[in-house]
Amino acid sequence: MIKHFLSLEWKSFFRSASFGKSIGIKIFMGFLALYFMGMFLFVGFLMDKILKESYPDLDPLVAFSGLIFFWVLGDLVVRFFFQKLPVMSVKPLLTLPIKRKSIVNYVLGKSVFSFINFLPLFAVVPFSIKLIYFGGYDTSTVLVWLATIILLTLISNFLNFIIESLSAETELSFLPIIVLVGALYGLNHFGIINISGALSKGITAIYENPIYILIPILILIGLYVYNFKILKQKLFLDSGLKTKVKEVNASNLEWTKNFGDIAPFLKLDLKLIWRNKRTKSSVFMVLLGLLYGLFFYPQPTYQDMPWFFVFIGIFSTGIFLINFGQFIPAWDSGYYKLLMSQNIKYEQYLKSKFTLMAVSVAILFILGIPYVFFGWKILLAHFAAAIYNIGVNTHVILYGGSFNRKKIDLSQKAAFNYQGTGAVQWLIGIPLLLVPMGIFAIFYFLIGFELACLIIAILGVVGIVFHQKLMKTITAKYLESKYKMIDAFDQNN
Amino acid sequence: MITTSNLSKKYAGKQVLNIESLEIPKGQSFGLVGNNGAGKTTYFSLLLDLIQPTTGHIKSNDIQVNQSEDWKPFTSAFIDESFLIGYLTAEEYFYFIGELRGQNKADVDNLVSQFEDFFHGEILGQKKYLRDLSKGNQKKAGIVAALIGNPEVIVLDEPFANLDPTTQIRLKGIIKDLAEKQGVTVLISSHDLMHVTDVCERIVVLEKGEVVKDLKTSEATLKELEVHFSN
Repeated sequence: MIKHFLSLEWKSFFRSASFGKSIGIKIFMGFLALYFMGMFLFVGFLMDKILKESYPDLDPLVAFSGLIFFWVLGDLVVRFFFQKLPVMSVKPLLTLPIKRKSIVNYVLGKSVFSFINFLPLFAVVPFSIKLIYFGGYDTSTVLVWLATIILLTLISNFLNFIIESLSAETELSFLPIIVLVGALYGLNHFGIINISGALSKGITAIYENPIYILIPILILIGLYVYNFKILKQKLFLDSGLKTKVKEVNASNLEWTKNFGDIAPFLKLDLKLIWRNKRTKSSVFMVLLGLLYGLFFYPQPTYQDMPWFFVFIGIFSTGIFLINFGQFIPAWDSGYYKLLMSQNIKYEQYLKSKFTLMAVSVAILFILGIPYVFFGWKILLAHFAAAIYNIGVNTHVILYGGSFNRKKIDLSQKAAFNYQGTGAVQWLIGIPLLLVPMGIFAIFYFLIGFELACLIIAILGVVGIVFHQKLMKTITAKYLESKYKMIDAFDQNN
Repeated sequence: MITTSNLSKKYAGKQVLNIESLEIPKGQSFGLVGNNGAGKTTYFSLLLDLIQPTTGHIKSNDIQVNQSEDWKPFTSAFIDESFLIGYLTAEEYFYFIGELRGQNKADVDNLVSQFEDFFHGEILGQKKYLRDLSKGNQKKAGIVAALIGNPEVIVLDEPFANLDPTTQIRLKGIIKDLAEKQGVTVLISSHDLMHVTDVCERIVVLEKGEVVKDLKTSEATLKELEVHFSN
């Protein structure tokens, strides 16, 4: 059975219309994976030294166990945003003589082989080897400890899918993860319940008395069974595979009339964003982007790195632009043929998307003004970044959209696809973020902060001045790939 | 109205459509029949400039469709569900199409109200998004949307499929009315020989991409078609 499933997936990958693009992304992801593997190996080899330095009076194994709680929390957050439950189109399989059980087992089993589950090994295995050879530990003790860590990783793996299935049902999709991780961290941090201590004691108990390893094994089995249950329920046409019929929340959006001839498209885009789960989540992502600066600015280290301000400025004012813009025109892929045969001008269609993104940048900049609290330089950098976003990044992302060949199915979510966001979604942000940061950094070190800001802003202004011309070029590019897009959006993978 | 010359379409060297010449006058109700893969949808897609011809061209009202977009204001179509916008309600969808075709809300309401019996009370005022309607009701909404804005050419691919018998009969009435009274050129394709002969003044049979029969509909047409397709 597994052989059949694997061959189906193989074919769907190699035969899809977006194959060329996917392979490029896969290669890039490969390099990224190599990078992380290297980093983890490096840390793994130096782990005992690092721990000795930070906790000189603690045994390295005990010290590491003490940190595991934070490791698990971080792991959960990273997984939530980057790990997807493997997607499989199950509808055609339901009427075939395949047991539902084996479909679910396959999907869950496959998730175990995710890269993210192997990554910790790169750090933990060298650490263990060093413990055995240089730390004077029993081989068996270390092996039990290693097994415990692997079990914990798998527990987070399956816990993540439960969290994602919960978040698929709420409107604010990352509320569950934030509540869970925040609550655990808070309880620990304020000493209400000493979770990290308990976890560390538990791990110590396991490697001192290996019979306790049954506890994490039982937890893992429990989580697997629970996952199995939710997924199996979703395998009926009337539950998971069918989208719920929702009451319409209609508003006529009359105010869009002020935007003239792009009003119909603007109205359509606003409804698109508000009425589909996938697009809605990109709106909530905005909140995350807006608060992104708070991770950095309060720390004095970053106060002395003004070249970094522009990066945060571009990110926090452009988060909607990146999230929404990169899927233009794929958002409309479901009815692209209609748009192409209707009495519309491509330019108006694109201009509506442009307006939406530009307005979002302006709003996000205004909402981010309180950052001035951390210094006027930050506000200046954000202002320059906002202008750059409006003038340059919007055009870049619209241009990039003409290479978009991957359909987004808004109405039917692929079964098991809880979020529709993965690591790939963040990749496109890299050129949009790194290029302005690079330019800024060069001028900052050569000349000075104010001038570097000015240059970034000027680039943005140039983009705005040439807006009409740029839009013409972009429109021509879209017209050129019209037939290819229609064809690709017609395919279901 | 619609002139096709030397039109052909090849996919990877395989010919799927080859029409030397086909002339459809204004106000004709034109039916396209043929087995699966005969090239009906390909022809409609070419007419709507959704795919590129390998050779030749189609001119609609003297406008070559793959060179200029000026045919769009007087042409409308419903090919399949991908012409619907799933997250809109039927009314919103009609208004959206109306806006694209230069009609205000009152115009659209006025037109749509004529089709109340066609909708059978299952489309309007439902507070449901189009994606949540049944296949048949989606089709009804799509067909009516194709009538918005007084188009001169209407293209409907398989309009009778998925519809219940009552609606099929009503739809036949609507199509006949469009061609006879309003002078609209209606192009439809169908697998249902009876419906096409009922509705269309002229029927063209496609086989492997070529025109094999071009009939003016009469009493004998249905028989002739049945004989043709039983071999």
